[in-house]
Formats: sequence, structure tokens, C-alpha cells
Amino acid sequence: MSSLWEYANPQKFMRTSSVLLPVFSVAAAICLGVGLVWGFFLTPEAENFGSTVKIIYIHVPSAMMAINAWVMMLVTSLIWLVRRHHVSALAARAAAPIGMTMTLIALITGAIWGEPMWGTYWVWDPRLTSFLILFLFYLGYIALWEAIENPDAAADLTSVLCIVGSVFAVLSRYAVNFWSQGLHQGASLSLDKKENVADVFYIPLLFCIAGFVCLFVALVLLRTRTEIRARRIRAMIARERMA
Amino acid sequence: MIALLLRDLRLAIRAGGGFGLGLAFFLIVVVLVPFGVGSDRALLAAIAPGILWVGALLACLLSLDRIFALDHEDGSLDLLATAPIPLEGVVAMKAAAHWVTTGLPLTLAAPGLGLLLNLPAAGYGWLAASLALGTPALSMIGSFGAALTVGLKRGGLLLSLLVLPLYVPTLIFGAEAVARGIDGRDTGTPLLMLTAITLAAMALLPFAAAAAIRINLR
Repeated sequence: MSSLWEYANPQKFMRTSSVLLPVFSVAAAICLGVGLVWGFFLTPEAENFGSTVKIIYIHVPSAMMAINAWVMMLVTSLIWLVRRHHVSALAARAAAPIGMTMTLIALITGAIWGEPMWGTYWVWDPRLTSFLILFLFYLGYIALWEAIENPDAAADLTSVLCIVGSVFAVLSRYAVNFWSQGLHQGASLSLDKKENVADVFYIPLLFCIAGFVCLFVALVLLRTRTEIRARRIRAMIARERMA
Repeated sequence: MIALLLRDLRLAIRAGGGFGLGLAFFLIVVVLVPFGVGSDRALLAAIAPGILWVGALLACLLSLDRIFALDHEDGSLDLLATAPIPLEGVVAMKAAAHWVTTGLPLTLAAPGLGLLLNLPAAGYGWLAASLALGTPALSMIGSFGAALTVGLKRGGLLLSLLVLPLYVPTLIFGAEAVARGIDGRDTGTPLLMLTAITLAAMALLPFAAAAAIRINLR
């Protein structure tokens, strides 16, 4: 039985990811295609919501991925700090802009949905505010990566920032909760079946969530591969200069 | 470590700028706000706690990059890193010196500036208390940010981008404590949370900041 850490070897990672990338890309396309078409055209309009409810097929999955991307960055940052696997640091770097985009998508779709529902694009509701803060965390993290030239120092410092930032992100979430009562509805999805949205909406939503997960994995793989290749090119240039 | 604290304090007071600059900035922010929102006394009273807290936070931010940058430039940070006292202690002392030169004067000046913003009478005590409890956290979090960016040529703007999101919880609980104090509601929870943030920051962040400095000095 081979160990998980084998994939920390860039060559092994490149070989495996070249197989996985098309699989996840196709899976993302299928799931998103099925979920979005089903959700947009084949579900009834919900009571009290009209057709605006259909934005949940983008809003909910992107919001989930925005948080999960940060969690993934936290895990890969820890792996980098403990085991010094470069692929791990590069994966964290690769995930950050994707997570930021997901946060932005969740915020924008939320604003579009909020206008007809609450009569305003933006309220300082705990959930919305937390997402805005999460967006700022992503911005700072990416800016720090860009600012530092030495790649190992950049990986180290961003990992430390990611860990400290995670603590403060959770803290902000509760602080914001304490600070204002919200308009946003509670969780629509949970393992407790009673709280879920009705089945007609639930199944296409699951497809969309699966699609977003696959899309995220595919994009992270793609961007990590790009980062590895960029590093190889830099190493080759450096070697040629030496020769 | 006490010697280090005293050295930093002496440097901040004698080597110009740092000490008074934050206070002057705080004053200017508070003076500018009525020009922006109008001089309606009721409106000013309503927003005073928030403005005073945001102003103090920005004034604190202004002097953050001085915590390590000057010592990094002239090489004394390298000496401190190899000194027999742990780097974590150095960071804590640096943050303490920053607090004495910015957080403490801001806390003392804030009630005076509250007068300009028509802060309701019940708020003065809570304002001073919340700033006294909260500004050490601002200095400590800020020195973590400064440690992250110490190696950078122009880290000032990046430092603000990194540190401001980390200031959110402190700001929320600080301003909330003052607002509740004015309304006569219970201020225990926000003040306790503020104290918790300050204590946790003092206990944990020196380790993160020292790690960041070690990486930057490598």
C-alpha cells in the first residue's frame, strides 16, 4: 500500500493529476450541466419566491466552496509547515484566487437575490458581513504571496498568515453574529432531513454542489500544475544562467 | 527585556514623529468626520463611539510599520534575534512599547475628542475602558502583521491590507461596549470578549510573529 505522501513528489503529482484533471473536468461539466438545466428549467417556481429562487443553484454551492477552499488552504499550509512538501504550498497558492472568486460569486448572486427578496442589494447582516470579511482575508493572503520574491519565504509567511487568519475568521464570524441580527435565512441544507428545502429543489441543488466541488478540484489541479511548471521553467532559466 | 522596552520607548520619544503622530492623526480623523457627515449633534452623538474606535484603530495602524522596520534596516533586529532572550519576548516587548506610545495616549485622548463629537455623558467611562482593554490587542495583532512584512521594501500598504481584517473582532466588541454603555445596557459581554481577545493575542501571537521574523531573517 503506497503512502499518501508519494503525491508530494512533483513528478508523481504531475503524472497522477494529468489523469485526474480530465476526469474531474468532465464530471464538473456533467454535474453542472445536469444541475443547472434541471434547476433552471425543470423545477417549479417556489411559493413566495417566484423564479428568483433559482439563483440558489449558484449561490449555495459557491458559498460552500468559498469556505471549503479556505479550509483546504489551511490544511495544505499546515502540511507545508510540518512536512515541507512544495506541492502542498503550491496547492494552497493555487486555491486562493479560486476561493476568492467563489466568495465574490456568492456575494454578487446574494446581492442579486436580495434585491427582490429584501428590497435591497446589501444589508449588514451577519452572514453577508462575514463573507465580505472572508473576501478581505483572501485579498490579503494573495497580496502577501505576490509581494514576497523568495518562494520558500512566501510559502512560509502565507502559511502562518493562513493559520492566524483562520482563527480570526472564525472569531469574526461570532463577533459579527453578536453585532447584528440578520435577515438571511438559516441553513437550508443539513443532515437533519426536516430542515432541508423540498426535494424538487434539493436534488438539482445536490448536482450543482457536486459540480462545484469537481470544478474546484479541477481548477486547483490545473493551477497547481501551472505553478509546478512555472517553477521548473524558473529552475531551468537559473541553470542556464549558471552554465 | 525591560531594557529593550525602555530602549524602544526612548527611541520612540526622542527620535521624533512616532509618539505624537498617531495622536495628531486621531485628532484629524475626528475633526474631519463632522465635515463629512454634517454638524447635526444628534447624528454625531449616534456615530461617536464608532468613529472614535475606527479613528483609534487607524491611528494605531499608522505607526505599525515602525515596530520592526527601523531595527531591520540598521541590523539590530538580527542582533535581537541572536540575543539570549527569546525572540517571542522581543516581539512582546516591541508590541508593549508600541502600545505605550500609541494605544495608551489614544486611550487618554479619546474622551477629550469624544467631547468634539458630542459623545453622550454615559459613554466616556466605557470609551476609555474599552480602549484601554482593546488597544493592547491592536498593538499585538499589528506587530504580527509588521513581522510578516518586515522584509518588504514597501510593505506599508500590504500591512494595512493584512492587519485590518484581523482588527474586525476587536473593533466590533470595542464599539459595541461603548454603544451599550450609552444605552445603559449590559456591557459585560463585549468587555469580557475584548479582554479575551487581548489576552489571547498577547499569549499566542508573539509565537506567530517570532516565527514570521525568523522566516524573514533567514
